[in-house]
Amino acid sequence: MRMLEESHTERGNFKPIREVGIVGYGAYVPRYRLPGTEVDRVWTDGRGGSPIKEKAVPGPDEDTATMSIEAARNALARARVNPTEIRAVWVGSESHPYAVKPTSTIVAEAIGAVPNTLAADWEFACKAGTEAFQAAMALVGSGMADYALAIGADTAQGRPGDALEYTAGAASTAFILGPAEEALATIEASCSYVTDTPDFFRRPYQHYPQHGHRFTGEPAYFKHILAAARQLLESLGADAGDYAAAVFHQPNPKFPEQAARALGFKPEQTRIGLLCPVVGNAYASSALLGLTAILDEAQPGDRVLLVSYGSGAGSDAISLRVTDKIDECRDRAPRTRAYIERRKPIDYGIYVRYRQKLHMH
Amino acid sequence: MDIPRHWRLQRQRYALVGEVCKKCGARLFPPRDVCPQCSQPAYEPFQFSGKGKVYSYSTLYQAPAGYEQFVPYTVALVQLDEGPLVTAQLTDVDQDEIQIGMPVEMVTRKLREEGEDGLIIYGYKFRKQPAEAA
Ligand SMILES: [Zn+2]
Repeated sequence: MRMLEESHTERGNFKPIREVGIVGYGAYVPRYRLPGTEVDRVWTDGRGGSPIKEKAVPGPDEDTATMSIEAARNALARARVNPTEIRAVWVGSESHPYAVKPTSTIVAEAIGAVPNTLAADWEFACKAGTEAFQAAMALVGSGMADYALAIGADTAQGRPGDALEYTAGAASTAFILGPAEEALATIEASCSYVTDTPDFFRRPYQHYPQHGHRFTGEPAYFKHILAAARQLLESLGADAGDYAAAVFHQPNPKFPEQAARALGFKPEQTRIGLLCPVVGNAYASSALLGLTAILDEAQPGDRVLLVSYGSGAGSDAISLRVTDKIDECRDRAPRTRAYIERRKPIDYGIYVRYRQKLHMH
Repeated sequence: MDIPRHWRLQRQRYALVGEVCKKCGARLFPPRDVCPQCSQPAYEPFQFSGKGKVYSYSTLYQAPAGYEQFVPYTVALVQLDEGPLVTAQLTDVDQDEIQIGMPVEMVTRKLREEGEDGLIIYGYKFRKQPAEAA
């Protein structure tokens, strides 16, 4: 009973017995950008318009493993933790390079966390990254480990000509969770809200996903995001006005703006984390990438709300409080903005080649 | 190439881990267990910073098997800040911006794929250092 009371599980929220926080974070956005006008030019003769300015596209030698490695190295640079002290390397993605063989062991080897570490890949559409984040929070919070690395990374693909092709982007983020005393942001609590909702799916051996068009908004995205956020805020006795910044999953620019408004957030609270217009939907890294951009500019004492969404469906809401350690850590690695500004636009032809959509037969 | 050989080479190839000579301090890459400066045994692993400069380079328009998807690409001799010269592909760079002396940094990327059903081989490449860091 003692444990139950202390861990606040009676409200359906998660809060570990030992206080946990983010001791290092890192982001990565690949260099190439496909402007929305290019997709529009090829498929609607320039008449359809695009929901975003441009999306990030990985180069021909990049995948979820390589992107995870760079984000993890940035997180390590900020945390200044010895990689051999990291006791879990968990990668959330729906674009793992192998069907069988973990991405996480490749990342663990590259950063020097092997061999005494847990390593596994997590899957839950775009929520896989925050799922790994909460598991890492639990591992540290239980005292089983001092440090655990959670990664969200995707190189998302949309069927050529599909609405998804405008927005299916690529990015990665890595978070080293550790004791709250060492953290640049402490975790107040988190909340997950999950139901069986078939809004978006991909069967084995299929390249491209199916999505339920009109079915994706109200009963899927908004229902789960709003429920997870409201339940977390209520249990913390907080409301939108208590937060310096908030970030939501970003399948397009409109959904997160509507969700923010419904929860009482003002545009200036979501501005920094809203990266979909210039990166696209980064899937497992979507809301988490926004969080890295927020941390890049946060002040000690700021509270930050993050709410992810994964089709299938569910949302994770996480409430954070930035500490005074942020000022010394943030410039030990490139800021998310710097990656976004390091851009090279490509046309649809190069995009088709880089993403290997061209079949030579 | 056989799978055990890839496995043995992974540490040095994923993260530019070489060796340091405890006697004279020379940094070795690739690891060769004997110091070329003083001929003493050198087994101590050393993590290179990954920073260096282009020493010379050559651009390939015809690629050997397994590298076709990357053409045209540039292979450079990179002088690491710690001394050794390493041969590696440059990545995320436009052919016309490459020059001798260009500051570069190590990244881990896909080197090649052994067909559609084979191993994916990862390893170090170098990209141009961002202007503010150079
Ligand atoms: Zn020596």
